[in-house]
Amino acid sequence: MLAASEPFVTSSRPCSLQSEANVPTVDVKLVDVVKRFGDAVAVDHINLEVMDGEFFSLLGPSGCGKTTTLRMIGGFEEPTSGLIELQGQDVTWLPPYRRNVNTVFQNYALFPHLTIYENVAFGLRRQGVSDPELKSRVHEMLALVELSGFDARKPTQISGGQAQRVALARALINKPAVLLLDEPLGALDLKLRKQMQVELKRIQQEVGITFVYVTHDQEEAMTMSDRIAVMNRGRYEQLGEPEVLYERPTTRFVAGFLGISNLLPGTVGAADGSYAAVRLADDTTVRAPKSLFVADRSGVSVGVRPEKIRMHEQSAEPPAGHNQLSGTVRDASYIGVSTQYIVEARGGAQIMVYEQNVERATKAELWAPGESVRLSWSPDHTFVVTDDEGAAAAAPR
Amino acid sequence: MGGFLRRHKHAVPYLLLAPGLLWLTVFYVLPGFQMFMTSLWSGTLETGYEFALSNVSNYTEALTRFWPQFSRSILYGAAATALTFAISYPLAYTIAFRGGRYKNLLLFLVVAPFFTSFLLRTVSWTIILGDTGILLGPLKEIGVLPAEFQLLSTPIAVVAGITYNFLPFMTLPIYVSLEKIDKRLVEAAEDLFATSFGAFRRITLPLSLPGIFAGSLLTFIPAMGDYVNAELLGNTETTMIGNVIQNQFLTQNNYPTASALSFILMAGILIAVAVYARLLGTDELTAGGV
Repeated sequence: MLAASEPFVTSSRPCSLQSEANVPTVDVKLVDVVKRFGDAVAVDHINLEVMDGEFFSLLGPSGCGKTTTLRMIGGFEEPTSGLIELQGQDVTWLPPYRRNVNTVFQNYALFPHLTIYENVAFGLRRQGVSDPELKSRVHEMLALVELSGFDARKPTQISGGQAQRVALARALINKPAVLLLDEPLGALDLKLRKQMQVELKRIQQEVGITFVYVTHDQEEAMTMSDRIAVMNRGRYEQLGEPEVLYERPTTRFVAGFLGISNLLPGTVGAADGSYAAVRLADDTTVRAPKSLFVADRSGVSVGVRPEKIRMHEQSAEPPAGHNQLSGTVRDASYIGVSTQYIVEARGGAQIMVYEQNVERATKAELWAPGESVRLSWSPDHTFVVTDDEGAAAAAPR
Repeated sequence: MGGFLRRHKHAVPYLLLAPGLLWLTVFYVLPGFQMFMTSLWSGTLETGYEFALSNVSNYTEALTRFWPQFSRSILYGAAATALTFAISYPLAYTIAFRGGRYKNLLLFLVVAPFFTSFLLRTVSWTIILGDTGILLGPLKEIGVLPAEFQLLSTPIAVVAGITYNFLPFMTLPIYVSLEKIDKRLVEAAEDLFATSFGAFRRITLPLSLPGIFAGSLLTFIPAMGDYVNAELLGNTETTMIGNVIQNQFLTQNNYPTASALSFILMAGILIAVAVYARLLGTDELTAGGV
């Protein structure tokens, strides 16, 4: 009965409403936006530009200011200072009902006394859309979210996943310039959440509306977003495409928030070609792309993702030019698709390594705790993060 | 005891209901039945009473004779209910949405008059509304009002007294229903292009209907049967049906008529409530789980 029970598979259809040749225009622009609640600074001088048709995510832990940022775009909070523009128009002081944005609220906020039909029709009715058009648009929208035939139900008579779709339909029917989504999948169970992620992306591509999406779930943000701003303590630490954030995090926080990473503190040494050397605590030298280093910072950490590391016999010779570390296996957990190892490097650092169970899969073949191993990874898979305290001091206030 | 309850799980709901049922049986059903029998008596205290079904004429006679007091009760009760609503809704709204950390204090202030006796508070109104009392005295002194102007012993005073006395019964249920409303629903309405007033009319007001319904019943029912306010603040032209019943029972010793009047009042209220519930569509509302 419910379409959500079958995963919605999409061909990754290109956004039909925009041609590649057109320079995308800015839909949402935040200029130096600050929000204080009493003494607490919730949002701290944020500058953002969200492009037309983009799926943009604000990602961060609770209390990082992502929801407050979204609420300011929606008009539910007024910034303490700064400027908010929607499609080039200054809306900083406009009430929500005068802005061409709509919101999908956390826990949906469906009107409990109105039917699904009336919930979806609410925005159009306020705009004075009359009956024949209203009816066809509501039915069209209910069909888009696969809830045709639910017109007469009340919000208490549908499931969480269905309520989520109604909330989406209720907002999208108004054809807003920007759709704001505040953790819309937070109340759903894992399986439904995965299905809705695919479906949200499908709907976004189908309608071509700019989405600004707030979430604390890094996987969710990476699955759907064109770009992500990773927020921490009222500002964003890094903004970019999911791959860039994952492969090349620039701060310790971003490296830790998006997946697991091994961070090894060291001092910057000489550059050689397109790589620069970093001397680690145990005197090993590893190399990383020169472009990743911030000028005049000698204390940095180099990082590498666990799945990028290869494990070899202590005596083996790893690929030429790769970074190397020697260590001892401390822990091995077999989890089916891969095996996760914790290797203690000579300098004492605990290094996480994920190895696909391809070459080694049986108990006898896997590395066992106590074995001496050599780790290697490509310098191109090495990223560089500045230390937090340093980052705070270096950032413009 | 615990073992007994575990073995007889089905008995638990009945055991929990028992004290209430017992109370209602002894103090409501039995006296009610007794009163119904009384309403079909004929005779006087001196000659003795006799029961006969034909004495159903007691009802028609009582209704014809005391119709003015009945209609006055309906009128005063309705007016006082409308007034308590007009005062309570903005009050409850402000406490629920703007009360902040003073919420509990403000609620306490709404209930605070209950710490003084009902009678005492009503008597105080005779001082406030008196012809040369603290309200009218100064106004007459400076010539704003003519010397013969009166509030006490007028319908206005009676309705004002009822309004004052039953105000918390209206305010509290409305407050509870407003307090329960998820503030994000109002935000959602404004997000969907409703103005602040539009959001109030389409969302807040309909969602507070159960509170309005409960509050107006809690006010209207006792207001219709009230006789203290009419007695203390009114005159002989403002007597309500409560005064008549009290008089018939306690002064005239005309038990059959008094009983018949009580039943007519009860039936009238039941019918009024049924019509009201239908008009407001409360079934629909409570089904919405609000």
